Amino acid sequence: MSKQSEMHLYAPGHSGCPGCGPSNALIQVCDTLGKDIIIVQATGCMEITSSQYPQTAWRVPYIHSLFQNAPAVASGVAAALKAQGNDHTKVVVIAGDGATYDIGFGALSGMLERGDNILYVCYDNQLYANTGVQKSSATPYGAATTTTTVGKVHKGKETERKPIVEIIAAHGVQYVASASIAYYADLQMKLKKAKAVKGPSFVVIDAPCCLGAGFDGAITMKVSKLSVQSRLWYLYEIENGQYKMNFNPANPKPVKEVLEMQKRFKHLDEAQLEHIQQYANLTYEELVRKCALAQKPPAPQIAPSTSQQPSVPAQPASPQAPAAAPTAPAPKPQ
Amino acid sequence: MLRTKEGARVIGEMAANCKPQVVACYPITPTTHLTEELNKYYTDGKIPEYITVEAEFSAISALIGASAAGSRTFTTTGGQGLLYMHEPLFSAAGMRLPIVMLVGNRAVSSPLNIWNDEQDSISQRDTGWIQIYCKNNQEAVDTIPQAFYVAEKILLPVMVCVDGHYLTHAVEQVDVADESVVAKFLPEYKYPLKLDPQNPVSLGVYANPTHYQIFRQDLVSDMEAAKELLIEAGKKWGELTGREYGLIREYKTKDAKRIIVGLGSVMDNVITVVDELRAQGEKVGALHLRVYRPFPHEELRKALAGKQIGVIDRDISIGGSAPVYVEVSEALSGTKGTKVSSFYGGLGGRGIKRNHIKEMFEKLKKGPVKEWIAKEAPKAAMSG
Repeated sequence: MSKQSEMHLYAPGHSGCPGCGPSNALIQVCDTLGKDIIIVQATGCMEITSSQYPQTAWRVPYIHSLFQNAPAVASGVAAALKAQGNDHTKVVVIAGDGATYDIGFGALSGMLERGDNILYVCYDNQLYANTGVQKSSATPYGAATTTTTVGKVHKGKETERKPIVEIIAAHGVQYVASASIAYYADLQMKLKKAKAVKGPSFVVIDAPCCLGAGFDGAITMKVSKLSVQSRLWYLYEIENGQYKMNFNPANPKPVKEVLEMQKRFKHLDEAQLEHIQQYANLTYEELVRKCALAQKPPAPQIAPSTSQQPSVPAQPASPQAPAAAPTAPAPKPQ
Repeated sequence: MLRTKEGARVIGEMAANCKPQVVACYPITPTTHLTEELNKYYTDGKIPEYITVEAEFSAISALIGASAAGSRTFTTTGGQGLLYMHEPLFSAAGMRLPIVMLVGNRAVSSPLNIWNDEQDSISQRDTGWIQIYCKNNQEAVDTIPQAFYVAEKILLPVMVCVDGHYLTHAVEQVDVADESVVAKFLPEYKYPLKLDPQNPVSLGVYANPTHYQIFRQDLVSDMEAAKELLIEAGKKWGELTGREYGLIREYKTKDAKRIIVGLGSVMDNVITVVDELRAQGEKVGALHLRVYRPFPHEELRKALAGKQIGVIDRDISIGGSAPVYVEVSEALSGTKGTKVSSFYGGLGGRGIKRNHIKEMFEKLKKGPVKEWIAKEAPKAAMSG
């Protein structure tokens, strides 16, 4: 075991796939948040691969109960800490998109409404990976999964993703952010901000599943980075209701480039591709409009990261954050 | 301290005397008044944390978190609420978390019915929770501290079951042991493997076929071992208050030829009938099955072998025999001359009255029967 890996609070030796996006997210999350945390995890790939008895990858206190109850378990942990006079340990939920967007959604909404002091981290790989690649409500339009298969009549998922960031923000949550495993400095900044909130905060991280989306584990970071550059995923924050884009894909790559890297989109016809491209442009315009409404100073640039990078054995290329556009473009006339 | 209060509220007073640190509640008939009462103790500062969860599923889940983080926990539910907790009930027991829950027994949908029977908690019998059934509110109040005592020593969760409405809404005089008595009885809660950044542990992990059954075997043997602790708690409580408890309670069984066995509040009615029939010279008795999980096979065998037994179930197993009857029969199997009858019904608030109980005792004279209690609906029910 190398010195560097010994430093990780999410230890090597877990059974995540080579090139697993979510496993990488966990390394970044734990290393950023530090030792004074309690992890509450929902059932999912990251639970199965991290805590197979008698081993555990967690070097921080960890509890898992069920698929849909992590936010409620976290509320209980937070209440116990409060009752015991502990005002420093941060309770952190880690859950996939299935647990967050779907089965645990009611519990999550309750946790947010109660204002419990919990940082909720969703690693979003856009599908149910643990059960064998089924559709979740985070699965994007057009994607093939084992429950949105491609046949003569139906060709992949026929609806858009649930807008989870906006839904969380609508609860009046002080800090909500969307990040990517491929932009470490940005993710680190967001996790630190979210941790500092006394109350609920939420960070969703694009963490592609190489197995589920169908690409080589060596290009996981590239897929996530290209998604951001193609307007299929955004780096942004909603802080006290104010939107801020952290990376502005003003000159985007065509969506086709990143879609073509993934087997789940191989079947797309021209009309579907056009639909996805149009939708990406629309969501971008919408986000720009919301950021402009915030009437805040322009988003600060994300400098190419020079800080310590997480070690990602399956991804030797170090993720490099591209420079952000200095200002958001003017909103289009309504 | 003598109190004349509604069952749910007097149970709330005792629960607060046990000093839970975290309470999580979701309102449901028939335990809403307990939910409210606990909130008052929170508002006045006696209970440090009270989580207003958005569902029963989250109520029990929150307590899983709080208990694992080292706090004493308490909640209440019944009927649909208990069914909704089904999955986390397994999780709480499997994780060995000493949560205590007051169940106000209620019928289950469909049809919708808020009145009493015990289908809700009997259907949770295999979740790994200790189950104690109280026949009146004095027992309910006395059982709460005993539940914490046992739960925290053996590390298993405990359901204290009281019949909805019949007990939760009954106003009667009850002696509530005050905080100082409870403090003498109940040691401070210390969870041995609590979530603590100074000493990280992983709880609720994934176990493959090599290990999974080891955990379940431990659960089974520790549930069995809980019997001794339940008896110990009942005795200690008796020393402090003069009211001793055991796994079962026998009433005039020693020389009885016919005995009715059952859970919950119906047993006080059975005892009244025993007195009436005894006055007429009939050798009858009653046995209150106080602890249903762990099931007291030995005790039942000792008390009931060779007699004519009738088991009241206010729960059913559709397509099978009534659950309590099945287990009492199993406990008595192979004993000489024993005959066990099954009487099931009293569902959804249909009362089991003294004349019904007299009929049961009468039927035991002839031999084993399996039949509904009060099967015919009241005439008014079938019109318009």
